[in-house]
Amino acid sequence: MSEDHTHSHHHGEGSELSEMELRVRALESLAVEKGYVDPDALDELIETYETKVGPRNGAAVVARAWSDPEFLAQLREDATQAINSMGFEGRQGEHMVVVENTPETHHMVVCTLCSCYPWPVLGLPPVWYKSPAYRSRSVIDPRGVLKDFGVEIADDVAVEVHDSTAETRFLVLPMRPEGTEGWSEEKLAGLVTRDSMIGTGLPLDPGMQS
Amino acid sequence: MNGGADLGGMQGFGPVVPEEDEPVFHAEWEKRSFALTVALGATGTWNIDTSRHARESLPPGEYLTSSYYRIWARGIERLMVSHNMATKAEIEAGKSTSIPKELTRVLTKDNVAAVLSKGGPADRPSTEDPKFTVGQSVRTANLHPSGHTRLPRYAREKTGTVSAIIGHHVFPDSNAAGTGEDPQWLYTVTFLATELWGSQANPRDKVHVDIWEPHLVAG
Repeated sequence: MSEDHTHSHHHGEGSELSEMELRVRALESLAVEKGYVDPDALDELIETYETKVGPRNGAAVVARAWSDPEFLAQLREDATQAINSMGFEGRQGEHMVVVENTPETHHMVVCTLCSCYPWPVLGLPPVWYKSPAYRSRSVIDPRGVLKDFGVEIADDVAVEVHDSTAETRFLVLPMRPEGTEGWSEEKLAGLVTRDSMIGTGLPLDPGMQS
Repeated sequence: MNGGADLGGMQGFGPVVPEEDEPVFHAEWEKRSFALTVALGATGTWNIDTSRHARESLPPGEYLTSSYYRIWARGIERLMVSHNMATKAEIEAGKSTSIPKELTRVLTKDNVAAVLSKGGPADRPSTEDPKFTVGQSVRTANLHPSGHTRLPRYAREKTGTVSAIIGHHVFPDSNAAGTGEDPQWLYTVTFLATELWGSQANPRDKVHVDIWEPHLVAG
């Protein structure tokens, strides 16, 4: 691929970092100069996804679903609406579907075609979620992928993979760990990892929590 | 399209390697690439399907060796050129030498939160009933368009079962081409893993794919 540009004095070791730093800087300067973007809006977007929107949101949804049967029923009926009621809504979460793990079925989520991911509840996707390794293998060898994450699913438990090919976005509802009777929603949320809501992980062991 | 982005079922990429305590971004340029993509998208000059096609149509060798935010940056470069917002020379120089295109709107700091919380719902009203019902057996089309489609290669010419009717949604194949939203009924179709991958798959396993009505026939 041709990457020739006028900044040949700054190619470092040919690393993508320095080349991309220059390339994106040029793109931004141009877009700002032409009046297409407001740099303050760019900063605001970055800050939103670095500090305000992330998997803590999804963990709160899961903890409430574990604690409140009425909320769980709403989540099954209309996940988008139920999640909106907790204040999580909008871009890349317009059409939410919650899939529930059971002793018989383990769910996991992928986007084989690009990087579709439920931003309002999980934030921006990790690098591995967008990697060719995950996108290619999760549909043909989901159990092998789960092993990469240290998760073994017994042969008599079904693995169901959801490929995010439309504007529907999926959140896995993991099973509530045993030994958490009487726990508050807040304490339960502490067990809910990002990966457990993608389906590549399980909630933390309550016995390991202080 | 049968491009570098349609990865389901490919082999040879090795294990998935999660990063411990991964940051949201790994470099300043990734932040800017992300924010530029969202902010330029919010101008309404193109739609989400057009932008997906700009990324998926990068040459496969380049697509597969690029990090995701590099793919996004390359996508914006291509979209700005194809929508007459900048010339290739301007993008290389990072300097404007022509009159800017007039845009419908520009995202400002004050309306970032509102634009994000509004999102871009894809459901549209319909005057016709869906053709298929939940529980019905369906077969997917054999199609290989050079334009955009969301029917992955691994799920073409396969038989599955309608497990949900999601709604009446914008049809990406036409939306990406700029020929209108042409909304269609959208279904979740469930395939046995053995239908997709043969006897090597666990017979209990399933793959669910969201598929638009024009890509399905009763089967």
